[in-house]
Amino acid sequence: MSRMIPGLTAPATTDMPVLLPAPTARHTPRALNFSHWLASIPPWVPFLIFTAALLWPMMALAQGTGEGKPTPLEALWRWMPFLITRGFVFTVLISVMTMLFGTVMGVFLGLGQISPVKGIRVASYWITQIFRNSPWLVLLFIVMLSFPFQVTVFGVTIPIPDWTKAVIGLGLPIMANISEIVRGAIASVPSAQWEAAESLAFTRRQTLYQIILPQCIKRMIPPWMNWYAILTMATPIVSILGVEEILNLTRQAIEAENNRPELLVPFYGFVLLIFFVYCYPIARLTIRLERKFALKL
Amino acid sequence: MTWTPDQPIVSIHNVKKAFGSLEVLKGVSMDIMKGEVICIIGPSGSGKSTLIRCINALNDIQGGSITVEGQEVHDDNLDRLELRKKVGMVFQQYNLFPHKTALENVMMAPVKVLKQNKAEVETRARELLRKVRLEGKENSYPGELSGGQQQRVAIARSLAMSPDVMLFDEVTAALDPETVKEVLVTIKDLAAEGMTCILVTHEMGFAREVADHIYFTDKGVIVEHGPPETFFDNAQDPRTKEFLSQIL
Ligand SMILES: Nc1ncnc2c1ncn2[C@@H]1O[C@H](COP(=O)(O)OP(=O)(O)OP(=O)(O)O)[C@@H](O)[C@H]1O
Ligand SMILES: [Mg+2]
Repeated sequence: MSRMIPGLTAPATTDMPVLLPAPTARHTPRALNFSHWLASIPPWVPFLIFTAALLWPMMALAQGTGEGKPTPLEALWRWMPFLITRGFVFTVLISVMTMLFGTVMGVFLGLGQISPVKGIRVASYWITQIFRNSPWLVLLFIVMLSFPFQVTVFGVTIPIPDWTKAVIGLGLPIMANISEIVRGAIASVPSAQWEAAESLAFTRRQTLYQIILPQCIKRMIPPWMNWYAILTMATPIVSILGVEEILNLTRQAIEAENNRPELLVPFYGFVLLIFFVYCYPIARLTIRLERKFALKL
Repeated sequence: MTWTPDQPIVSIHNVKKAFGSLEVLKGVSMDIMKGEVICIIGPSGSGKSTLIRCINALNDIQGGSITVEGQEVHDDNLDRLELRKKVGMVFQQYNLFPHKTALENVMMAPVKVLKQNKAEVETRARELLRKVRLEGKENSYPGELSGGQQQRVAIARSLAMSPDVMLFDEVTAALDPETVKEVLVTIKDLAAEGMTCILVTHEMGFAREVADHIYFTDKGVIVEHGPPETFFDNAQDPRTKEFLSQIL
């Protein structure tokens, strides 16, 4: 490990150009930037900022008139149960369902990317690339506006609520990213494993499900969790389309408190804090698993 | 058309193989009889691996023919399952399945591919592991075994399919000198039992001892071949002489 490699980590004996090592595979665990960043925040930092956000308008208010209105802290305290049980729980529900949808579709798409049938392979590749590289908000708008608000099947009219469309709209980019995780994990298994299986008369399908996937399924978990945390943080964008999740309910709560400007920072600060409280443990766990799985093959 | 044991079990005729514009095999022919042990030797890049990979259809060919027990290997309608049941292969890098124990590695193909009875396969797999002298290592994962031990598990894994022909591609090349011997002993036992073996090897002493016939390849052609005594002591072609002088 500590051995110096002339030309790379130590001076070379000649000045002849050396062949540099090939760049590492596209799917190194280091790709989990978001979780690494989030997990590196000391847990007390957001609480400190939140406390400051809470105290500052109160002090500003204390110098003013104070006509018996509740302080921002009192107002927030009153709304908190509502915001959490109605708003945040719904947000989490949307994110979980989006992840479910994205994972199921993404696994199919990822397997499609390594299909022996060229048509499926090429189509899966392009679907993945397009949805992976499109702005989420645009995808969300397209789904929201192009899907009907109800469908009629055999004379039965089934309404499609907005949140279902939100799940599909957000699920598309998740699907594409999961597809890449699946493809990358499969590609990370040495091709010699395929050959060994082939020489033992395994079919392609048997090889994939019994030999290749069991080896790389663990490697998919940290990047999958990373995407879940990213998705949860992004879920409030569905509020733009009127889904009654935490951001919309917070706005409504402030309106109910007569739009007092000193409420803005504590209320939205609180929303930020809940997201942190929810995503932070996920990020820590992601990094733990990433380290653990990196040790074993 | 049906194959009888007095005909070559593997027959390679004028095989041509190219990777893009790189011609790797330029018309190779050899016949191997049942129970024979043949060694293929030659400099690096001469196409030895490519040739034996063609025998079990891991590589396709552009010309010529290869038959195994009378069955043409490079036929679009080839029954690959049938071919690979007949031909076992052991690789230089062992290629064991890392998520399975030694015993599971050996049992996997007969159970999953041939759908044989699990209990019977297990009995046979334990016997095979004993045969390659790995008793007590049944529940070890490949990562817990030495290179030589892994390679012997790989041999047992191939044998579990009860092949008629075994292909060995430089199976000792990644091992340190002490463990080379234990793998060679295993192969020698197999040969003594009458298994048809096609080996690519750099172990000249071993080739001389076990082989019935030696083939020397260079640049995609067979330069010279013969029984070990004539081959090693009485080589005719200057390329063979040069190769042997370097390696011996
Ligand atoms: N999949 C491939 N694609 C392109 N070229 C290949 C491929 N496999 C082998 N070759 C080339 O074919 C030639 C013969 O390779 P092969 O592996 O058969 O040699 P070898 O005799 O086994 O050598 P060694 O002793 O080093 O194992 C080499 O020049 C190699 O670069
Ligand atoms: Mg080779």
